[in-house]
Amino acid sequence: MTIRKFAALAAGTALLTLAAGSNAMAEDSVEVLHWWTSGGEAAALNVLKEDLESKGVTWQDMPVAGGGGEAAMTALRARVTAGNAPTAVQMLGFDIIDWAEQGVVANLNDVAEEEGWADVVPAALQNFSKYDGNWIASPVNVHSTNWVWINKAALDAAGGKAPESWEELVAVLDKMKENGITPLAHGGQPWQDATVFEAVVLSLGNDFYKAALNDLDPEALGSDKMKEAFDRMAKLRTYVDDNFSGRDWNLASAMVIEGTGGMQMMGDWAKGEFLKAGKKPGEDFVCIRFPGTQGSVTFNSDQFVMFQVGEDKQKAQKMMASAVMNPEFQSAFNVVKGSVPARTDVPNDAFDDCGKKGMADLAEANSSGSLFGSMAHGHGAPAAVKNAVNDVVTQHFNGELTSEEAVEELKNAVAAAQ
Amino acid sequence: MNRNRLQEIIPRLVLSPSMALILIFVYAFILYTFYLSMTDSRMLPSYGFVGFENYAKLWDLRHWWRALTNLAIFGSLYIIICSVLGLFLAILLDQKIRGEGFLRPIYLYPMALSFIVTGTAWKWFLDPGIGLENTMHQWGWASFEFAWIKDRTLAIYTVVIAAVWQSSGFVMAMFLAGLRGVDSEIIKAAQMDGASNVTIYRRIIIPMMRPVFLSAFVVLAHLAIKSYDLVIALTGGGPGQATELPATFMYSYTFTRNQMGIGASSAIIMLVMIFSIIIPYLYSELKPGRQR
Amino acid sequence: MSAEKTAGVSGNKLARAAIYSVLIVFAVYYLLPLYVMLVNSVKPLEEIRQGNMLALPDVFTFEPWTKAWSSAQVGVQPTGLKPYFFNSILMVVPAVAISTILGALNGYVLTKWRFRGDDIVFGLILLSCFIPFQIALIPAARILGMLGIAGTTQGLVLIHVVYGLGFTTLFFRNYYAAFPTELIRAAQIDGAGFFQIFRRILLPSSAPIIVVTVIWQFTNIWNDFLFGVSFGDFDSQPMTVALNNLVSSSGGVKEYNVHFAGAILAALPTLIVYIVSGRYFVRGLMAGAVKG
Repeated sequence: MTIRKFAALAAGTALLTLAAGSNAMAEDSVEVLHWWTSGGEAAALNVLKEDLESKGVTWQDMPVAGGGGEAAMTALRARVTAGNAPTAVQMLGFDIIDWAEQGVVANLNDVAEEEGWADVVPAALQNFSKYDGNWIASPVNVHSTNWVWINKAALDAAGGKAPESWEELVAVLDKMKENGITPLAHGGQPWQDATVFEAVVLSLGNDFYKAALNDLDPEALGSDKMKEAFDRMAKLRTYVDDNFSGRDWNLASAMVIEGTGGMQMMGDWAKGEFLKAGKKPGEDFVCIRFPGTQGSVTFNSDQFVMFQVGEDKQKAQKMMASAVMNPEFQSAFNVVKGSVPARTDVPNDAFDDCGKKGMADLAEANSSGSLFGSMAHGHGAPAAVKNAVNDVVTQHFNGELTSEEAVEELKNAVAAAQ
Repeated sequence: MNRNRLQEIIPRLVLSPSMALILIFVYAFILYTFYLSMTDSRMLPSYGFVGFENYAKLWDLRHWWRALTNLAIFGSLYIIICSVLGLFLAILLDQKIRGEGFLRPIYLYPMALSFIVTGTAWKWFLDPGIGLENTMHQWGWASFEFAWIKDRTLAIYTVVIAAVWQSSGFVMAMFLAGLRGVDSEIIKAAQMDGASNVTIYRRIIIPMMRPVFLSAFVVLAHLAIKSYDLVIALTGGGPGQATELPATFMYSYTFTRNQMGIGASSAIIMLVMIFSIIIPYLYSELKPGRQR
Repeated sequence: MSAEKTAGVSGNKLARAAIYSVLIVFAVYYLLPLYVMLVNSVKPLEEIRQGNMLALPDVFTFEPWTKAWSSAQVGVQPTGLKPYFFNSILMVVPAVAISTILGALNGYVLTKWRFRGDDIVFGLILLSCFIPFQIALIPAARILGMLGIAGTTQGLVLIHVVYGLGFTTLFFRNYYAAFPTELIRAAQIDGAGFFQIFRRILLPSSAPIIVVTVIWQFTNIWNDFLFGVSFGDFDSQPMTVALNNLVSSSGGVKEYNVHFAGAILAALPTLIVYIVSGRYFVRGLMAGAVKG
């Protein structure tokens, strides 16, 4: 390529770029930053997109996948720093509070009051959807994390009774081991280790969970009970195969689906994997709460946080906030996604058995005060603490720390991260 | 020399936009990061001054020490293996090889790919369940074992394997260019004296490659310190924290753990490490260059 | 400039066979990841799940490729990588062009129009190659916001130009350093101006180093993820961001064949550039980049 051609091409492209930049702003539009890029998730989100488009709002898609939203949060930081925040951002738990503290989120009070959100959204969720008494986000769904997914055939071979206590769980796992399968299908990534850990902590008592992982009480964090929790983690490690490190959660689900693995301890999003493989709840697989946590729910909730945008975009932003809270959307979305609606007045007709159980559990936990924010998924404590806990849990699970050391390290790490 | 005044200014005018951009986007940013490292910044920059507290916290973190230890292991192996392999391949390729034009791009192409592209393939390859181990088992070598990536003492070496794969071809190209630049008269003279080929390489040619070694060292050292995509794509820093490096540490504290102050202080330490390698090199390169 | 003046092991057939075998073994090592990607991108998903990762496909299908290109899920709509491909082109071409031109001019000034302190200027520009990009994220976002080009292709172009300047200046400076200054003096005496000399005398003989610079810049900018994801908007996200959305989506069935096809598609432009111009690359390195 000669220099002249090269220069001409460059100039031409630069012009094209300018042209592309100038016609980007449509009349009513929302730019949405999210990480729902897999087939099922995107299909669920598309329900919202089409709803908005039918009302004349253009959807500008800004997907950033990776690390359960970590990459998206980095992108968001750059966008907000540049004064170019997206209209709405998918976000979890304490991240919402952190952003609200920066004073960059919008106020949705008028929509929320008009539509009576306060009456239909569980109080535990409102802690994250509101800041300083003002509505800042529309919750989309509630996931609960303390589930166990068991291959029915493997369970039948191991006695057939779903475990309801730690001792029964160990017995079933032992039996599965004897039967020659990997009793616990697990992926060795910090967040997955932490998901199991928080279920174990919850199984040692609601108050203990709340004190240790929500209130970050140093006494609970350093207690003998915490050592017991780590001992149980060490016990669970013995039921995991040697290849677990780095495995994606859906590959662990696949092990349970295929019967090479006995059970997986994972949030309700795992259900989608089973359903997609053509498996039926109750027949091919069983969903139970982590033994010892019946009646309690650790949750995480995806919300669309609305950011401050120019006046020309506020109308569309409010329309989106309202559309997210529409019961029909909440039902349609959550049926596809495997989670349960973020409002309590959505009819459960469209949901399957596990979904109905999830909705009932959520309502029950909500009314009995046993609904807790999930530490592993950003609803127990801010990101710094969450990751500090993950560090310790992962190191211990990988055998780098003994249970005694882990308790000590946990107490110090949480204190240092606050 | 009768340049008029305009001609006198033009060169500096031409240089000034670049210089201005770099002063802002590099040096001002470094100062800014240094300042951030002394503040209580968490999610976004904030300006509460805390002195060297973040540095104290940083050096107290087991995680940071882990990252530094890993960098020492990874960096030294990576630099040594890449240089040796690069030189070795360049020498072989310089033996009037038929098909050099075919082989060279094969050695060179990994440099063209990012680990976002090749990460999945590498992860597969190293995973005992689907990768090399499984393949060997299927081919009948049942006792073959290769599960380093799952082992927290060995995982860092798999990172070395992939990193060497990416950069050694580039180092090879640098050495090849160096070998091609050697004056053939010198070699002929040595051959006339009856020196064997091995001796010629050992005594004459390889010592002449000193500047290439130096360039390669600088390129590789800074790549090693900046290594990020690689670790994220292969292991995500695991098992546990077994493959955490300073670059992944810094990213994670700055952007996912909302501890920007600590992240910034680790960035400053990284910069100090990089500059302490580069500046002496630059100095030695530029000093004799005064009279050209 | 070719292989004629090397030491060359001659005669001994055994030695030559050994050299060829070693070279081929390494060619296999370098090709392996690409082979894994290629082979598995044309298998149906079912075959991948059960099979050997190195085995050739039983059933050959081109569907993953068309899917990755035009209908894979990378966002709320199944657009495939296609639109992002053009975003990347719109970003890469101007960024490479501008940074190459600026680098050439800088190199010209720094070698042929020297002034007091030019070595320090060069040192400062060169050091900019080595900063970890993560530290630039937040302050660069602020500056792009102030300039009003945050989230646009222009903004991405600016960022890539800035962080490419160090390399492009280095390449051209080293190349022009070897260019006889007498020619320039003579032209000056004939009354030629700054730009005339550059255009008429230096530029026509710059082809090798332009090739090296363009390859280097093209590869780096095309492969960048961090800046693309941070400074790209809904309508300017580059290909790497889309590829990442494809391969690291959090839930659902992982369609590895589509991931591999997408990865190769994303890598294709850089691969082609390397393979087509690999020869010039070594030649260009010889001509300057390796020397200090």
